Amino acid sequence: MNNLEFTVLVGLGSFMAGFLGALTGLGGGVVLVPLLALVFKVDIRYAVGASLVSVIATSSGAAVAYLKDGFSNIRIGMFLEVATTVGALVGAFIATKVSTSAIGTVFGLVLIYSGYLSSRTPVDHPSDEQPDRLATRLGMNGVYPSLNGPKSYFVHRVPLGFGLMFGAGGLSGLLGIGSGAVKVLAMDQAMGIPFKVSTTTSNFMIGVTAAASAGVYLSRGYVDPGLAMPVMLGVLAGSLSGARVLARTKTRQLRWVFAAVIVALGAEMIYGAFTGKL
Amino acid sequence: MFKKSDWTDQKIEIIIANLLRAGVSLAALVVLTGGIIFLVRHGHEPTGYHVFAGEPSDLRNWKGILHSAFALRARGIIQLGLLLLIATPVARVAFSVFAFLLERDWLYVGVATFVLLVLFYSLLGSAL
Repeated sequence: MNNLEFTVLVGLGSFMAGFLGALTGLGGGVVLVPLLALVFKVDIRYAVGASLVSVIATSSGAAVAYLKDGFSNIRIGMFLEVATTVGALVGAFIATKVSTSAIGTVFGLVLIYSGYLSSRTPVDHPSDEQPDRLATRLGMNGVYPSLNGPKSYFVHRVPLGFGLMFGAGGLSGLLGIGSGAVKVLAMDQAMGIPFKVSTTTSNFMIGVTAAASAGVYLSRGYVDPGLAMPVMLGVLAGSLSGARVLARTKTRQLRWVFAAVIVALGAEMIYGAFTGKL
Repeated sequence: MFKKSDWTDQKIEIIIANLLRAGVSLAALVVLTGGIIFLVRHGHEPTGYHVFAGEPSDLRNWKGILHSAFALRARGIIQLGLLLLIATPVARVAFSVFAFLLERDWLYVGVATFVLLVLFYSLLGSAL
Protein backbone atom coordinates (compact mmCIF):
# COMPACT_ATOMS: atom_id res chain seq x y z
CA MET A 1 0.00 0.00 0.00
CA ASN A 2 1.33 3.47 -0.80
CA ASN A 3 0.87 6.63 1.24
CA LEU A 4 -2.02 7.93 -0.87
CA GLU A 5 -4.12 4.75 -0.61
CA PHE A 6 -3.28 4.43 3.06
CA THR A 7 -4.33 8.03 3.75
CA VAL A 8 -7.69 7.61 2.01
CA LEU A 9 -8.56 4.32 3.76
CA VAL A 10 -7.38 5.43 7.19
CA GLY A 11 -9.23 8.73 6.72
CA LEU A 12 -12.50 6.91 5.99
CA GLY A 13 -12.07 4.55 8.95
CA SER A 14 -11.26 7.46 11.22
CA PHE A 15 -14.39 9.29 10.06
CA MET A 16 -16.54 6.36 11.18
CA ALA A 17 -14.68 6.11 14.50
CA GLY A 18 -15.18 9.81 15.18
CA PHE A 19 -18.85 9.65 14.21
CA LEU A 20 -19.64 6.76 16.56
CA GLY A 21 -17.44 8.19 19.28
CA ALA A 22 -19.29 11.51 19.32
CA LEU A 23 -22.73 9.90 19.23
CA THR A 24 -22.05 7.70 22.22
CA GLY A 25 -19.86 10.12 24.16
CA LEU A 26 -17.19 7.42 24.32
CA GLY A 27 -14.69 9.14 22.02
CA GLY A 28 -13.18 7.95 18.75
CA GLY A 29 -9.98 6.57 20.26
CA VAL A 30 -11.62 3.50 21.65
CA VAL A 31 -12.23 2.03 18.17
CA LEU A 32 -9.41 3.89 16.44
CA VAL A 33 -6.42 2.12 17.99
CA PRO A 34 -7.83 -1.39 17.31
CA LEU A 35 -8.67 -0.28 13.77
CA LEU A 36 -5.14 0.96 13.11
CA ALA A 37 -3.38 -1.88 14.91
CA LEU A 38 -5.51 -4.80 13.73
CA VAL A 39 -6.71 -3.75 10.28
CA PHE A 40 -3.90 -1.49 9.08
CA LYS A 41 -1.09 -3.32 10.93
CA VAL A 42 0.26 -0.08 12.40
CA ASP A 43 2.64 -0.44 15.37
CA ILE A 44 0.54 0.14 18.46
CA ARG A 45 2.79 3.01 19.62
CA TYR A 46 2.15 4.97 16.41
CA ALA A 47 -1.53 4.06 16.64
CA VAL A 48 -1.75 5.31 20.21
CA GLY A 49 0.09 8.55 19.31
CA ALA A 50 -2.21 9.32 16.37
CA SER A 51 -5.27 8.40 18.39
CA LEU A 52 -4.36 10.65 21.28
CA VAL A 53 -3.94 13.65 18.99
CA SER A 54 -7.25 12.94 17.27
CA VAL A 55 -8.96 12.64 20.64
CA ILE A 56 -8.09 16.30 21.24
CA ALA A 57 -9.62 17.20 17.88
CA THR A 58 -12.79 15.27 18.72
CA SER A 59 -13.19 16.96 22.05
CA SER A 60 -12.38 20.51 20.99
CA GLY A 61 -14.23 20.27 17.67
CA ALA A 62 -17.46 18.97 19.18
CA ALA A 63 -17.40 21.47 22.05
CA VAL A 64 -19.36 24.09 20.11
CA ALA A 65 -22.18 21.70 19.29
CA TYR A 66 -22.35 20.47 22.87
CA LEU A 67 -21.97 23.72 24.78
CA LYS A 68 -24.64 25.60 22.87
CA ASP A 69 -27.09 22.95 24.08
CA GLY A 70 -26.20 23.98 27.63
CA PHE A 71 -25.60 20.39 28.68
CA SER A 72 -22.08 20.47 30.10
CA ASN A 73 -21.04 21.65 33.57
CA ILE A 74 -17.82 23.68 33.55
CA ARG A 75 -17.18 23.38 37.30
CA ILE A 76 -17.59 19.62 37.46
CA GLY A 77 -15.34 19.34 34.42
CA MET A 78 -12.60 21.63 35.72
CA PHE A 79 -12.53 20.08 39.19
CA LEU A 80 -12.29 16.53 37.86
CA GLU A 81 -9.61 17.56 35.36
CA VAL A 82 -7.24 17.89 38.30
CA ALA A 83 -7.51 14.11 38.68
CA THR A 84 -7.52 13.26 34.95
CA THR A 85 -4.50 15.38 33.96
CA VAL A 86 -2.28 14.05 36.76
CA GLY A 87 -3.48 10.53 35.95
CA ALA A 88 -2.73 11.10 32.26
CA LEU A 89 0.86 12.13 32.96
CA VAL A 90 1.37 9.00 35.07
CA GLY A 91 -0.23 6.82 32.37
CA ALA A 92 1.90 8.29 29.57
CA PHE A 93 5.11 7.62 31.51
CA ILE A 94 4.03 4.03 32.14
CA ALA A 95 3.25 3.63 28.41
CA THR A 96 6.87 4.36 27.51
CA LYS A 97 8.11 1.66 29.92
CA VAL A 98 5.93 -1.38 29.15
CA SER A 99 5.80 -3.76 26.14
CA THR A 100 3.36 -3.36 23.23
CA SER A 101 1.65 -6.66 24.05
CA ALA A 102 1.02 -5.43 27.60
CA ILE A 103 -0.56 -2.26 26.19
CA GLY A 104 -2.60 -4.41 23.78
CA THR A 105 -3.87 -6.62 26.59
CA VAL A 106 -4.86 -3.72 28.83
CA PHE A 107 -6.49 -2.09 25.81
CA GLY A 108 -8.52 -5.22 25.12
CA LEU A 109 -9.71 -5.44 28.71
CA VAL A 110 -10.69 -1.76 28.71
CA LEU A 111 -12.61 -2.25 25.45
CA ILE A 112 -14.57 -5.19 26.84
CA TYR A 113 -15.32 -3.33 30.04
CA SER A 114 -16.34 -0.21 28.09
CA GLY A 115 -18.63 -2.36 26.00
CA TYR A 116 -20.23 -3.76 29.11
CA LEU A 117 -20.65 -0.31 30.63
CA SER A 118 -22.14 1.24 27.54
CA SER A 119 -24.67 -1.57 27.13
CA ARG A 120 -26.19 -0.78 30.50
CA THR A 121 -29.35 1.26 30.55
CA PRO A 122 -28.71 4.65 32.13
CA VAL A 123 -30.67 5.14 35.33
CA ASP A 124 -32.42 8.46 35.55
CA HIS A 125 -31.79 9.89 38.95
CA PRO A 126 -34.74 11.46 40.77
CA SER A 127 -34.34 15.21 40.97
CA ASP A 128 -35.80 15.50 44.49
CA GLU A 129 -32.65 14.03 46.10
CA GLN A 130 -30.97 15.93 48.92
CA PRO A 131 -27.99 18.06 47.88
CA ASP A 132 -24.57 16.74 48.88
CA ARG A 133 -22.58 19.11 51.14
CA LEU A 134 -19.20 18.79 49.41
CA ALA A 135 -20.67 19.04 45.91
CA THR A 136 -22.65 22.11 46.96
CA ARG A 137 -19.56 23.76 48.41
CA LEU A 138 -17.77 23.05 45.11
CA GLY A 139 -20.61 24.69 43.19
CA MET A 140 -21.27 21.57 41.11
CA ASN A 141 -25.07 21.40 41.19
CA GLY A 142 -26.66 22.63 38.01
CA VAL A 143 -29.54 22.75 35.57
CA TYR A 144 -29.98 21.01 32.23
CA PRO A 145 -32.61 21.35 29.50
CA SER A 146 -35.16 18.52 29.38
CA LEU A 147 -38.43 17.98 27.51
CA ASN A 148 -40.31 19.59 30.43
CA GLY A 149 -38.09 22.68 30.55
CA PRO A 150 -34.98 23.29 32.68
CA LYS A 151 -34.39 20.57 35.28
CA SER A 152 -32.04 20.94 38.24
CA TYR A 153 -29.74 18.18 39.49
CA PHE A 154 -27.55 17.53 42.51
CA VAL A 155 -24.08 15.99 42.40
CA HIS A 156 -23.07 13.23 44.85
CA ARG A 157 -20.05 11.18 45.95
CA VAL A 158 -17.38 13.61 44.77
CA PRO A 159 -14.37 11.70 46.26
CA LEU A 160 -15.37 8.45 44.50
CA GLY A 161 -15.84 10.29 41.21
CA PHE A 162 -12.48 12.01 41.67
CA GLY A 163 -10.72 8.67 42.26
CA LEU A 164 -12.34 7.11 39.19
CA MET A 165 -11.26 10.14 37.16
CA PHE A 166 -7.64 9.58 38.18
CA GLY A 167 -7.98 6.08 36.77
CA ALA A 168 -9.62 7.44 33.62
CA GLY A 169 -6.72 9.84 33.13
CA GLY A 170 -4.21 7.04 33.64
CA LEU A 171 -5.88 4.89 30.98
CA SER A 172 -6.04 7.86 28.63
CA GLY A 173 -2.30 8.43 28.95
CA LEU A 174 -1.47 4.73 28.72
CA LEU A 175 -3.70 3.87 25.75
CA GLY A 176 -4.08 7.14 23.85
CA ILE A 177 -7.85 7.15 24.25
CA GLY A 178 -10.20 9.71 25.74
CA SER A 179 -11.43 7.25 28.39
CA GLY A 180 -14.94 8.53 27.81
CA ALA A 181 -16.47 5.31 29.15
CA VAL A 182 -14.78 5.60 32.54
CA LYS A 183 -15.47 9.33 32.69
CA VAL A 184 -19.15 8.81 31.96
CA LEU A 185 -19.21 5.96 34.51
CA ALA A 186 -17.72 8.21 37.18
CA MET A 187 -20.19 11.02 36.55
CA ASP A 188 -23.32 9.13 35.51
CA GLN A 189 -23.13 6.18 37.90
CA ALA A 190 -20.94 7.31 40.82
CA MET A 191 -21.80 10.99 41.07
CA GLY A 192 -25.42 10.76 39.97
CA ILE A 193 -25.12 13.35 37.21
CA PRO A 194 -27.75 13.12 34.42
CA PHE A 195 -26.55 11.10 31.43
CA LYS A 196 -26.58 13.93 28.87
CA VAL A 197 -24.67 16.19 31.24
CA SER A 198 -22.18 13.37 31.90
CA THR A 199 -21.47 12.68 28.24
CA THR A 200 -21.07 16.33 27.28
CA THR A 201 -18.94 17.17 30.31
CA SER A 202 -16.89 14.07 29.53
CA ASN A 203 -16.31 15.34 25.99
CA PHE A 204 -15.29 18.69 27.40
CA MET A 205 -12.73 17.06 29.72
CA ILE A 206 -11.25 14.63 27.19
CA GLY A 207 -9.24 17.22 25.27
CA VAL A 208 -7.57 18.59 28.38
CA THR A 209 -6.77 15.09 29.63
CA ALA A 210 -5.30 14.11 26.27
CA ALA A 211 -3.23 17.31 26.06
CA ALA A 212 -1.59 16.36 29.36
CA SER A 213 -0.19 13.15 27.91
CA ALA A 214 0.34 14.49 24.37
CA GLY A 215 3.54 16.27 25.43
CA VAL A 216 5.02 13.00 26.63
CA TYR A 217 3.97 11.16 23.45
CA LEU A 218 5.38 13.87 21.20
CA SER A 219 8.77 13.90 22.91
CA ARG A 220 9.01 10.10 22.69
CA GLY A 221 8.42 10.17 18.92
CA TYR A 222 5.03 8.39 19.03
CA VAL A 223 3.26 11.05 16.95
CA ASP A 224 3.89 10.43 13.24
CA PRO A 225 2.62 13.25 10.99
CA GLY A 226 1.92 11.01 7.98
CA LEU A 227 -0.32 8.78 10.07
CA ALA A 228 -1.81 11.41 12.38
CA MET A 229 -2.90 13.58 9.41
CA PRO A 230 -5.67 11.31 8.00
CA VAL A 231 -6.59 10.12 11.48
CA MET A 232 -7.01 13.60 12.91
CA LEU A 233 -8.87 15.03 9.90
CA GLY A 234 -11.10 11.97 9.60
CA VAL A 235 -11.98 11.81 13.27
CA LEU A 236 -12.64 15.55 13.39
CA ALA A 237 -15.05 15.45 10.43
CA GLY A 238 -16.74 12.35 11.86
CA SER A 239 -17.15 13.75 15.34
CA LEU A 240 -18.61 17.01 14.07
CA SER A 241 -21.22 15.07 12.10
CA GLY A 242 -21.90 12.86 15.11
CA ALA A 243 -22.37 15.74 17.52
CA ARG A 244 -24.86 17.28 15.11
CA VAL A 245 -27.21 14.30 15.37
CA LEU A 246 -26.60 13.68 19.10
CA ALA A 247 -29.55 15.68 20.38
CA ARG A 248 -32.11 13.71 18.35
CA THR A 249 -30.76 10.21 18.83
CA LYS A 250 -32.06 7.56 21.19
CA THR A 251 -28.90 6.83 23.15
CA ARG A 252 -30.04 3.43 24.43
CA GLN A 253 -30.20 1.55 21.12
CA LEU A 254 -27.02 3.16 19.97
CA ARG A 255 -25.16 2.10 23.10
CA TRP A 256 -26.15 -1.51 22.45
CA VAL A 257 -24.78 -1.48 18.92
CA PHE A 258 -21.58 0.26 19.95
CA ALA A 259 -21.13 -2.07 22.93
CA ALA A 260 -21.15 -5.11 20.63
CA VAL A 261 -18.54 -3.59 18.32
CA ILE A 262 -16.32 -2.61 21.25
CA VAL A 263 -16.43 -6.06 22.88
CA ALA A 264 -15.52 -7.73 19.58
CA LEU A 265 -12.57 -5.36 19.11
CA GLY A 266 -11.45 -5.97 22.70
CA ALA A 267 -11.37 -9.75 22.21
CA GLU A 268 -9.41 -9.27 18.98
CA MET A 269 -6.88 -7.00 20.72
CA ILE A 270 -6.22 -9.52 23.48
CA TYR A 271 -5.93 -12.33 20.91
CA GLY A 272 -3.50 -10.18 18.92
CA ALA A 273 -1.43 -9.40 22.01
CA PHE A 274 -1.11 -13.08 22.97
CA THR A 275 -0.27 -14.27 19.47
CA GLY A 276 2.36 -11.55 19.09
CA LYS A 277 0.58 -9.75 16.24
CA LEU A 278 0.63 -6.33 17.90
CA MET B 1 -29.71 30.93 43.69
CA PHE B 2 -28.39 29.13 40.60
CA LYS B 3 -29.66 31.61 38.04
CA LYS B 4 -27.00 34.32 38.14
CA SER B 5 -23.98 32.04 38.06
CA ASP B 6 -25.53 29.84 35.37
CA TRP B 7 -26.05 32.78 33.12
CA THR B 8 -22.42 33.84 33.50
CA ASP B 9 -21.19 30.27 33.11
CA GLN B 10 -23.15 29.87 29.93
CA LYS B 11 -21.66 33.02 28.44
CA ILE B 12 -18.19 31.77 29.34
CA GLU B 13 -18.87 28.36 27.87
CA ILE B 14 -20.00 29.84 24.56
CA ILE B 15 -16.87 31.98 24.34
CA ILE B 16 -14.71 28.96 25.17
CA ALA B 17 -16.49 26.80 22.61
CA ASN B 18 -15.87 29.37 19.89
CA LEU B 19 -12.24 29.68 20.97
CA LEU B 20 -11.87 25.92 20.64
CA ARG B 21 -13.55 25.90 17.25
CA ALA B 22 -11.21 28.60 15.96
CA GLY B 23 -8.17 26.73 17.29
CA VAL B 24 -9.25 23.40 15.84
CA SER B 25 -10.16 24.96 12.48
CA LEU B 26 -6.74 26.58 12.24
CA ALA B 27 -5.00 23.35 13.27
CA ALA B 28 -7.01 21.30 10.77
CA LEU B 29 -6.19 23.78 8.00
CA VAL B 30 -2.46 23.59 8.72
CA VAL B 31 -2.58 19.77 8.93
CA LEU B 32 -4.53 19.62 5.66
CA THR B 33 -2.05 21.91 3.91
CA GLY B 34 0.89 19.84 5.13
CA GLY B 35 -0.99 16.66 4.22
CA ILE B 36 -1.58 17.76 0.63
CA ILE B 37 2.10 18.66 0.22
CA PHE B 38 3.04 15.32 1.81
CA LEU B 39 0.83 13.34 -0.58
CA VAL B 40 1.97 15.28 -3.64
CA ARG B 41 5.60 14.64 -2.77
CA HIS B 42 5.41 11.21 -1.16
CA GLY B 43 2.00 9.82 -2.17
CA HIS B 44 3.39 6.92 -4.16
CA GLU B 45 5.97 5.82 -1.62
CA PRO B 46 5.13 2.71 0.39
CA THR B 47 3.94 3.12 4.00
CA GLY B 48 6.00 1.82 6.89
CA TYR B 49 4.03 2.08 10.10
CA HIS B 50 4.15 -1.60 11.05
CA VAL B 51 7.67 -1.15 12.43
CA PHE B 52 8.18 1.41 15.17
CA ALA B 53 11.24 3.60 14.63
CA GLY B 54 10.18 6.73 16.52
CA GLU B 55 10.11 10.17 14.97
CA PRO B 56 13.31 12.09 14.16
CA SER B 57 14.29 14.54 16.88
CA ASP B 58 13.17 17.61 14.89
CA LEU B 59 9.58 16.31 14.99
CA ARG B 60 9.61 15.69 18.73
CA ASN B 61 9.71 19.17 20.25
CA TRP B 62 8.23 22.54 19.39
CA LYS B 63 11.51 24.18 18.42
CA GLY B 64 12.37 21.44 15.94
CA ILE B 65 8.80 21.38 14.61
CA LEU B 66 8.78 25.16 14.03
CA HIS B 67 12.12 24.94 12.23
CA SER B 68 10.95 22.06 10.08
CA ALA B 69 7.63 23.74 9.25
CA PHE B 70 9.22 27.02 8.24
CA ALA B 71 11.62 25.08 6.02
CA LEU B 72 8.33 23.98 4.32
CA ARG B 73 8.87 20.29 4.97
CA ALA B 74 5.51 18.55 4.65
CA ARG B 75 5.87 16.47 7.80
CA GLY B 76 6.98 19.54 9.76
CA ILE B 77 3.89 21.49 8.64
CA ILE B 78 1.57 18.65 9.69
CA GLN B 79 3.34 18.41 13.03
CA LEU B 80 2.93 22.18 13.52
CA GLY B 81 -0.80 21.75 12.97
CA LEU B 82 -0.87 18.99 15.57
CA LEU B 83 1.00 21.23 17.98
CA LEU B 84 -1.66 23.94 17.45
CA LEU B 85 -4.30 21.30 18.13
CA ILE B 86 -2.65 20.29 21.40
CA ALA B 87 -2.55 23.97 22.33
CA THR B 88 -6.35 24.42 22.07
CA PRO B 89 -7.31 22.68 25.32
CA VAL B 90 -4.42 24.47 27.02
CA ALA B 91 -5.84 27.79 25.82
CA ARG B 92 -9.23 26.71 27.07
CA VAL B 93 -7.94 26.09 30.57
CA ALA B 94 -6.03 29.38 30.51
CA PHE B 95 -9.22 31.19 29.51
CA SER B 96 -11.11 29.43 32.30
CA VAL B 97 -8.63 30.78 34.86
CA PHE B 98 -9.35 34.27 33.53
CA ALA B 99 -13.11 33.69 33.53
CA PHE B 100 -13.15 32.42 37.12
CA LEU B 101 -11.10 35.48 38.09
CA LEU B 102 -13.81 37.70 36.58
CA GLU B 103 -16.42 35.82 38.60
CA ARG B 104 -14.23 36.15 41.72
CA ASP B 105 -14.56 32.41 42.24
CA TRP B 106 -11.21 31.95 43.98
CA LEU B 107 -11.66 28.23 44.57
CA TYR B 108 -11.98 27.59 40.85
CA VAL B 109 -9.23 30.05 39.98
CA GLY B 110 -7.00 27.73 42.03
CA VAL B 111 -8.41 24.55 40.49
CA ALA B 112 -7.99 25.79 36.91
CA THR B 113 -4.50 27.15 37.62
CA PHE B 114 -3.40 23.76 38.91
CA VAL B 115 -4.68 22.04 35.74
CA LEU B 116 -2.88 24.66 33.63
CA LEU B 117 0.41 23.99 35.45
CA VAL B 118 0.12 20.24 34.84
CA LEU B 119 -0.38 20.92 31.11
CA PHE B 120 2.62 23.25 30.97
CA TYR B 121 4.73 20.68 32.74
CA SER B 122 3.83 18.07 30.14
CA LEU B 123 4.27 20.26 27.07
CA LEU B 124 7.30 22.31 28.05
CA GLY B 125 8.99 19.31 29.61
CA SER B 126 9.05 17.78 26.14
CA ALA B 127 11.09 20.69 24.77
CA LEU B 128 13.97 20.03 27.12
